[in-house]
Amino acid sequence: MVRIALCFWLTATSALAGEIWVSNEKDDTISVIDEATLEVVRTIEVGERPRGITFSKDYKRLYLCASDSDTVQVIDPVTGKILHDLPSGEDPEQFILHPDNKHLYIANEDDAIATVVDVESRKVVAQIDVGIEPEGMAVSPDGSFAVVTSETTNMAHWIDTKSQKIVANTLVDQRPRHAEFTKDGDELWVSAEIGGTITVFDTDKKSEKAKINFEIKGIHPDRVQPVGFEMTADGKYVFVALGPANHVAVVDPKTYQVLDYILVGRRVWHMAFNGDQSRLFTTNGVSGDVTVIDVSNLKPLKTIKVGRFPWGAAYRPT
Amino acid sequence: MLNDDRWMFPKGRVLKPHCVKWLGCLFACVSVAFVTSASAAERLDVVIGYLERLIPPPPTLSNLDPVPDDLGWAGAKLGVAGNSTTGKFLDHHYSLSERRVPEADDFMAEARDLLAVTPFLIVNAPAEDLLRLADLSEAKQALLFNVSAREITLRDTDCRANVLHTMPSRLMLSDALAQFAVKKRWTNWVMIEGSRDGDKALGNAFERSAAKFRIDLKSRKTWAFDADMRRNAASEVPLFTQDFPEHDMLLVADEAADFAPYLPYNTWIPRPLAGSVGLMPLTWSSVVEQHGAAQLQSRFRDLAGRTMRSVDYAAWAAARVIGEAVTRTNAREPDVVKKYILSDDFELGGFKGRKLTFRSWNGQLRQPIPLAQAKAVTALAPVEGFLHQRNELDTLGLDQPESRCRAFGEKNG
Repeated sequence: MVRIALCFWLTATSALAGEIWVSNEKDDTISVIDEATLEVVRTIEVGERPRGITFSKDYKRLYLCASDSDTVQVIDPVTGKILHDLPSGEDPEQFILHPDNKHLYIANEDDAIATVVDVESRKVVAQIDVGIEPEGMAVSPDGSFAVVTSETTNMAHWIDTKSQKIVANTLVDQRPRHAEFTKDGDELWVSAEIGGTITVFDTDKKSEKAKINFEIKGIHPDRVQPVGFEMTADGKYVFVALGPANHVAVVDPKTYQVLDYILVGRRVWHMAFNGDQSRLFTTNGVSGDVTVIDVSNLKPLKTIKVGRFPWGAAYRPT
Repeated sequence: MLNDDRWMFPKGRVLKPHCVKWLGCLFACVSVAFVTSASAAERLDVVIGYLERLIPPPPTLSNLDPVPDDLGWAGAKLGVAGNSTTGKFLDHHYSLSERRVPEADDFMAEARDLLAVTPFLIVNAPAEDLLRLADLSEAKQALLFNVSAREITLRDTDCRANVLHTMPSRLMLSDALAQFAVKKRWTNWVMIEGSRDGDKALGNAFERSAAKFRIDLKSRKTWAFDADMRRNAASEVPLFTQDFPEHDMLLVADEAADFAPYLPYNTWIPRPLAGSVGLMPLTWSSVVEQHGAAQLQSRFRDLAGRTMRSVDYAAWAAARVIGEAVTRTNAREPDVVKKYILSDDFELGGFKGRKLTFRSWNGQLRQPIPLAQAKAVTALAPVEGFLHQRNELDTLGLDQPESRCRAFGEKNG
């Protein structure tokens, strides 16, 4: 009995050994949440208006868009020290690391440009003209396409990562915010905040395949505004943050049907899974907290107070 | 580039010499497009006209905050620049053609001239000029965007099927303030209004909103001082406001901001001020920053070297409405564009936190109204709790059952 309990305890702790890093847009800090205790264990001071946040593939570096400092900061996640800056172009908002672990595709919100930076040589490899207010960034799993969405131009721009040129532009609904490829790379999903939809594209044809709408009883449809979303690796769920509707939608990626709506904090923005994807951490901008969702039963587990206006979230194992 | 063939050569029009120049340009552009974009959709050139009646603003006591020379015009430029960025990915090409007509010049002649170039006009002119323009036979198939006239009648008995309004009516503004007052339970009002026509009209709108939202407007006084209030507001204003009955809020209707700046802190009893000073219901303000507005503000500042104002916003929105409709329909015929704009499919992201659409029964752009003070937005109307069977934005201004506009057809909804 003791042995079983001990064994359970060991697996439980090994499964929950990691951290969720949250960028606080209006506090110029990162809150680090321990996934086992669900407490903030560290607060790290960073550049101005931190938004996009992601780890290198080996988790040895954290990349952070410090938008108002006009730079991407590279941080040692163990010490929390800022190691150096990357030339990012002006007002970097969001970015994506290419599967080669070397090229960072950055959306420069104020400049209608996407900047490609080599994180090793710390040099700008390319700058690509895109629509107004680029934000959502995605790279296909095979690395062949990067996609930038522009909020005011309402397009997804498809960039060939070899030539660094735009090869297609596809219209989406008003104010696209976030883009993700499915794990198999067959589909690209793009959320439109003001349009209130997610558009699903066929990657090969670069044409619209499906459109997902959201409806929450008691909330006016105009206030249901999809922003960030994440897909589970097993292809079972897509979780969609619905902004001022204060809910996360659970979508079946095979049928495109909404399965459930989970109440979270106010103005839910982005999210990150923990390592085994048993839990989902959502950033709630207006209430200044993070909601932890139990993925097994789709119920909120806990609310954790972080800094002012939490924006992005990223996971690293420890 | 003015190479919209449909609007350059309407049937029976005589080609003017400068048209011939455009003709050359037209062929040059078409041949370039043919060579460079064989695979893309057909090239589309869209000219957006900007027509302004330059009327000197009325004199005000303070000259600290003059009306910018390019009010509205700068907004139109930013909107067209935005359209062009989208357009370059679609082979859609936008240009802006402007006529800014001094008060003494022939406005209608300039208007006709511009209508020969394009059916899409952004109009920054008083209501009477707008109506004369709308009733021109040349304007019958055109699509005019009112970006400055706030008259309620333009959305009501004086509406026109070829006029859309991106500027809110005075009633939308006053309803926004009334909703906020109800939420705060500041439902006893008194009001000071100026003596100009616009001030009276705004005062009437406040009174109408008070009735609609069951606010008690207890007293309404006209400001009638000739003296320079910069020197003696502290002695005059307390006396002027002393005989007001007890109230929660003092409303001020002074559209040119002539005397309103001298009222705060000088009233007989301390009560919040609202309307043309204090808490102001506005189409746009430099303090609007949420919902991505900070980006629009900074783009405008880069372009114009000043902050964005309400007429700039309305002109920007008008240009974007045209651009959005052309983008989605892949057409530039005014009837196609208008039909799409008034349909359920149309939506515009306008940095006000929710999609902007048109009221299909009177051509008014639905939009949230910021209630702004000097340094921040205090609330955004529709205020939480004001519900509507169809669209909460229709709690602001004339709703369908009240509107006597019939130009858009009886059955529109």
